[in-house]
Amino acid sequence: MILGQDGVSSGAIYALLALALVLIFSVTRVIFIPQGEFVAFGALTLAMLQAGKVPATVWLLVAMGAVVAVVDGLARLRDRDTEGLGSLLGWNLAYPLALAALLHAVESGGLPMALQILLTLAILVPLGPMIYRIAYQPIAETSVLVLLIASVAVHLILTGLGLVFFGAEGVRTAPFSEGSLTFGEVSINLQTLWVVGCSLAFIVGLAAFFTRSLYGKALRATSVNPSGAKLMGISPVVAGKLTFLLAALLGVFSGVLIGPITTIYYDTGFLIGLKGFVAAIIGGLASYPLAAAGAVLVGLLESFSSFWASAFKEVLVFTLIIPVLLWRSFNSHHVEDEE
Amino acid sequence: MSALLKVQDLRVNYGKVEAIHNISLEVGAGQIVTVIGPNGAGKTTSLAAIMGLLPSSGHIDFDGHVQRAANVEKRVIQGLALVPEKRDLFGEMSVEDNLLLGAFQRFRKGHRDQAQTMEEVFALFPRLAERRSQAAATMSGGERQMLAIGRALMGKPKLLMLDEPSLGLAPLIVREIFRIISGLRDRGVSILLVEQNARAALQVADYAYVLEMGAVAMQGPARELADDPRVVEAYLGLGSKHQAMLST
Repeated sequence: MILGQDGVSSGAIYALLALALVLIFSVTRVIFIPQGEFVAFGALTLAMLQAGKVPATVWLLVAMGAVVAVVDGLARLRDRDTEGLGSLLGWNLAYPLALAALLHAVESGGLPMALQILLTLAILVPLGPMIYRIAYQPIAETSVLVLLIASVAVHLILTGLGLVFFGAEGVRTAPFSEGSLTFGEVSINLQTLWVVGCSLAFIVGLAAFFTRSLYGKALRATSVNPSGAKLMGISPVVAGKLTFLLAALLGVFSGVLIGPITTIYYDTGFLIGLKGFVAAIIGGLASYPLAAAGAVLVGLLESFSSFWASAFKEVLVFTLIIPVLLWRSFNSHHVEDEE
Repeated sequence: MSALLKVQDLRVNYGKVEAIHNISLEVGAGQIVTVIGPNGAGKTTSLAAIMGLLPSSGHIDFDGHVQRAANVEKRVIQGLALVPEKRDLFGEMSVEDNLLLGAFQRFRKGHRDQAQTMEEVFALFPRLAERRSQAAATMSGGERQMLAIGRALMGKPKLLMLDEPSLGLAPLIVREIFRIISGLRDRGVSILLVEQNARAALQVADYAYVLEMGAVAMQGPARELADDPRVVEAYLGLGSKHQAMLST
């Protein structure tokens, strides 16, 4: 029962990551390996805030914002196009600096936890679109393989920066609420409830976003027919940035959720991200419900195998991908580009 | 009549190959202008360049805006719309969602008149109203073409560019599509129509250009071109026999 609980809560996290990966791949064709880094950065940044320090990640935000502002600003100048220049500079220069100033001014350790979490999101989520702008937008038209190689590079850079920012020690953050609920013989850790509840809320929210809001529909349209979407004035750049924003939000929030359950190191994100990736593959990098179900399967398999054969836990989880790939290769007919 | 779209010395290169050299054309407000010509003459490429899908050199002037960088988004906002030959619908999404996405830029700019515009589109294409919750990919070719035109109209364009709207459709449907095209002109939408079906195109158009080998070979009022023996010979496909009949 405890194993099941554990499995479901890690499964919920993997589900969020798998959804982010499917989303990014279907809109931009990027296989986003660094998704796990958002998880690690999320937990570690929150931990620094709780320790009353100014998280170094805010300087990453400032630096990347400056790069984006310069690159995009020069492009605007070349096209003699000043429209939207204000918001470009505002979001990429003024916002990060204002946030850095705010973090220096307040004593973050004493803030209520909800505010600390909000600050964590405020620092890290804008990194998503910036990463898209710097690493992927210039090569958006190239093959999936080139995009994948860029992903490897981004992953290595972020992991390296993680070591610089946070050091080699692992951290745990304070739980949202202490204690556990007891139903008869079964006791459920409150943080587990938080994890599962928040993940479900996120999934429902995402589903509503994609079926109800025009922006969500625009993202779906971009994945169904990129050239058609372009003709509607849905720019691939805007779609890419919005996608990375959502993915960053999912990743950072996952990190905040598991911070109290697992010890997170600067490089923990990679393994977590890979497990999300296994789940996404189960969904064929295309189906959201299958990916979410796959994530729960991965979580359960991991928690039971860590009990029965802990040395082989990772092996078992990643072995799961082999029968899945076999099954998919037998069942799917290769679809050429339409028309 | 003032020109809504003015294209001068348009050139497009694919790598080292010059696909279009030196095309100049104009579309006046409230006009239907057609571009006819054989396959590979550069008709589709010209539309793509005017829409901003391809980088080009030369001057493109639309509704008083000089176009610099190839930027589709901006041209959509200024009131250009292109219905491509492949239609490029969002296949697995419903008819209604397809139409709503046609108004994406207007929605983004704060316009909230989509429900009303959609009723207008449904009035124009009653068949779409019957199938509003059906997935676009499951419809017939004619219905898909209607949806593609309807989706473009959702953005309330000033100039609608149609690439081969009759391609692959049954004659009855073709007639209906052309009837709707001339109806759109009466509502104040200017139209740039690229067609292989030269006869039908010349019938609805006010002015026509004949494109050959990436350049304008002939131009003139559609009625005059339709009677021009060279056009009759090459594009109306009846040859000298028909001419002989006409001259008697």
